[in-house]
Amino acid sequence: MSACSSTSDMESPNESPSFQASRIDRELIRLTQEGLPLCPHPYHKLGEQLGLSADEVMCRLQRMLDAGVIRRIAAVPNHYRLGYKFNGMTVWNVPDELISELGPRVGELRCVSHCYHRPRHLPHWPYNLFAMVHGRSQDEVDKHIQTIKDLLGEHNRGNEVLFSKRILKKTGLRLAAGG
Amino acid sequence: MSTPMPDAAMLPLHKELLDRFQRGFPLSSTPYLDIARELGVEEADVLDALRFLQEASVISRIGPVFNHKRAGSSTLAAMSVPEDELDYVAELVNAYKEVNHNYAREHHYNLWFVVTASDDLHLKRTLNEISDVAGYPILNLPMEKAYHIDLSFKLDWS
Repeated sequence: MSACSSTSDMESPNESPSFQASRIDRELIRLTQEGLPLCPHPYHKLGEQLGLSADEVMCRLQRMLDAGVIRRIAAVPNHYRLGYKFNGMTVWNVPDELISELGPRVGELRCVSHCYHRPRHLPHWPYNLFAMVHGRSQDEVDKHIQTIKDLLGEHNRGNEVLFSKRILKKTGLRLAAGG
Repeated sequence: MSTPMPDAAMLPLHKELLDRFQRGFPLSSTPYLDIARELGVEEADVLDALRFLQEASVISRIGPVFNHKRAGSSTLAAMSVPEDELDYVAELVNAYKEVNHNYAREHHYNLWFVVTASDDLHLKRTLNEISDVAGYPILNLPMEKAYHIDLSFKLDWS
């Protein structure tokens, strides 16, 4: 770990262009999408598969964490299996000039797992704020939606909730080589 | 989809691992030992517990969670498809390796999928191609700003 130096050519998360993952980074990403090996030295094992030392594997992961390419290293829970079977994608139409103030307040709610500003497509799609809510019952989800409604108050100019009916595909990130 | 795992089937160590390690999994040569020390248990206990959670599909995996946006170019796409064509169109969409999530949702826009490509041009080409193949226009909703980046989710244990 001591051999790691955070590269200084990575600008702030929202300004910098996409991180240019090298071929080895991509290989590493691909391998870790299956999950880290459950053995005492998992990074050594990944290194063996890639022809790298464990230190280099950890350095590469640390660099990607620093660059924001990796958000976190985690035990990734399966919400469905934990009983959070009800998820609603709530979408809101809030004034553009207020979104940078309202967005973070919605995002920090306990019940919200993702919260994004996305573009409107008028006239078909007037919504600019997306918040995913999860619950163990429909009731719980309804309460979460009401919480967001209350928070936005008069700034809510219309909203909808899109419940998921089926998961049709769900895979880890795949980076296609080249463009 | 799998049925929920009853809380009763989970040991305190299982819950603790889920509560504590939805982020900050150690980057060290012995991560499981580090976790064990932090929780005051043996390394073998941690490995057993994680193996159990993984086999029971309570966790999908242990590992890095990538920021799609920064690992390449990505977007959320929506399509409005007649219900009786939904499965067929979903299959066409899913055939693209650039599509990593695809959900059917109850709405006029009933197909929602995430497309990730190596760069903007590749993304644009892929969206155009999917739209052509599927025969329906795509609502392209790229993330402009994330207000909740971490995605670690507080679980309520009943």
